[in-house]
Amino acid sequence: MSKSEAREENNKLGEAQGLPDELGAVLARISGAERVDQYGQAVIAIDAAAWAEVAVQLKEAGFESLVDMCGVDYQGYEAGSALGTRFEVVVNLISCSYGARLRVRIGVDGEAPVCPSVCAVWPGANWFEREAFDMFGIEFTGHPELSRILMPDDWSGHPLRKDFAVGAIPVQFSGAPRPQ
Amino acid sequence: MPEQVELEGIAAEADRARTDEGAQKMRGRDETGSLELAYEKGNAAGARKAVMTNEPWSDVSDDDETMIINMGPQHPSTHGVLRLMLELDAETVVRVKPVIGYLHTGMEKTAETLTFTQGATNVTRMDYLAPMSNELCWALTVEKLLDLEIPPRATAIRVLMAELNRISSHLVSLATQGMDLGAISMMIYGFREREEILSFFEKCSGLRMNNDYIRPGGVAADLPPDWESDVAKIVETFPAHIDEYEELLTENPIWRERTIGVGSVTVEQCYALGLTGPILRAAGKAWDLRVDQPYCGYETYDFDVITGTNGDVFDRYKVRVGEMRESIKIVKQVLDRMPEGDYRSQDKKVTPPPRIRIDESMEALIHHFKIFTEGYKVPAGEVYCAIESPRGEIANYLVSSGSSKPWRLHVRAPSFANLQGLAPMMEGGLLADAVAVIASTDPVMGDVDR
Repeated sequence: MSKSEAREENNKLGEAQGLPDELGAVLARISGAERVDQYGQAVIAIDAAAWAEVAVQLKEAGFESLVDMCGVDYQGYEAGSALGTRFEVVVNLISCSYGARLRVRIGVDGEAPVCPSVCAVWPGANWFEREAFDMFGIEFTGHPELSRILMPDDWSGHPLRKDFAVGAIPVQFSGAPRPQ
Repeated sequence: MPEQVELEGIAAEADRARTDEGAQKMRGRDETGSLELAYEKGNAAGARKAVMTNEPWSDVSDDDETMIINMGPQHPSTHGVLRLMLELDAETVVRVKPVIGYLHTGMEKTAETLTFTQGATNVTRMDYLAPMSNELCWALTVEKLLDLEIPPRATAIRVLMAELNRISSHLVSLATQGMDLGAISMMIYGFREREEILSFFEKCSGLRMNNDYIRPGGVAADLPPDWESDVAKIVETFPAHIDEYEELLTENPIWRERTIGVGSVTVEQCYALGLTGPILRAAGKAWDLRVDQPYCGYETYDFDVITGTNGDVFDRYKVRVGEMRESIKIVKQVLDRMPEGDYRSQDKKVTPPPRIRIDESMEALIHHFKIFTEGYKVPAGEVYCAIESPRGEIANYLVSSGSSKPWRLHVRAPSFANLQGLAPMMEGGLLADAVAVIASTDPVMGDVDR
């Protein structure tokens, strides 16, 4: 078996092995959620508009905890984003009771992307959403206080976007004179 | 002199501008939305109802009786440049808002400009008290994309290093927590014993910290010839050291008074806020990725997951002490069964030729040069790989575009998530207990801010 075949096999197995049957059945019922498993890890792709509703369903299904959330910028990505949008919000959930893990890829598009906030579902999303806003300028509607978290408050631009150059701007400090 | 007064006024204004955090700072209650207030009061996890319904808080007392003060960023008890803005009613903490980002150096952006080989030196600097966990997580993530088989000896060396690092990291946690609560001897003992482990790391990798020892493909070098006696010495002497700490702290009435019942969180709050590691286990949930989603063959080692019951500062301390004993158990098992063989994968795409070959072969020289200048290409795809660091779940989310540099690296930093737990832990407690609570969450600011 060649390596790529082995990987394909591995991916196929993931669909069956990544999640216990109960959770797999719940995922199958969620409309608009497409299984796009990779490397044996359970992944679903959804549209930003559906996220708030899907989040509630996932929480009820047993994913108690949101452990990670981040943005990704696919501008200039050769193969193109799998979801066809410039940005993605990637959420990682765990279910301690099932011992399972699920990744949710949410496609968000445009120069000023918008995504619903899930702070009301998993309060821990608060800082992760602030970070994604800070780094990518993704606006989370319904977030209690969407402000920058890692960069200074008067910073302009969103540093992890692909059109934000590395090292092109001298280090800014809060209150220091701006480069002209 | 009116002129001087005016100048002083300008200087004070400039000072204020320099320390102002804008929208990130804590504001008075009248300027704060009710949702935001719920988070700062730590009720978002416990009383989700208020968050969902957007109702105002009924117990908001008069603003005049409270004051907002700063703790940090330059404060010995904040374990780095962590700034806490606390609203105090006399000595009681009413709400708290951590302000972070002082150590932000854009390591996730930097990672996009470094090859997969160089990536290890980048991530190892994030959680600088547990560099081996960072490196291990990075290596496992890249190897997953590469579909690379790791020789058993390399895996065993990784387990050995990760567990020794867990002990040294918990030692710092205990030491600094001891100092914060006035047990200065603990500070000295903790750092003294940690040095024995760091000396061993130095022997193996050349560096005490930021080792860059665990790399995609295996480890950087084989263990030194006399490693067994070094590790055996650690395994023999450490249980007695840990007994000593327990004698010093566990039964100490002052220590118990300061920690029992302080800063409690429930399992539900941990789930809601994404708290992992010793905090979750101290609350009573036996969730340890080494057992629940094993990697590096942890399922073949015999060890226990230590849990607490109350989720307070004391239980978190006890969990860490217990985990050190379990780590010693694992290290002992590695010592007994260290397999012979390669310490890195023999896949020529990833592993450079041995040093000796470079003297004999032009091709080997070119091969070596290529790997370290251009790097190796990693198949396109995205993967999330999580392991159990001393602070909880550390994970790398890696998107590769098929080139020799990552398209996007996101690090799920355990300290970042755990800091969100400060609000429910501190609310309603005393200011003096805030110090104990910070120490018990064991934050590493390099990990928080990246």
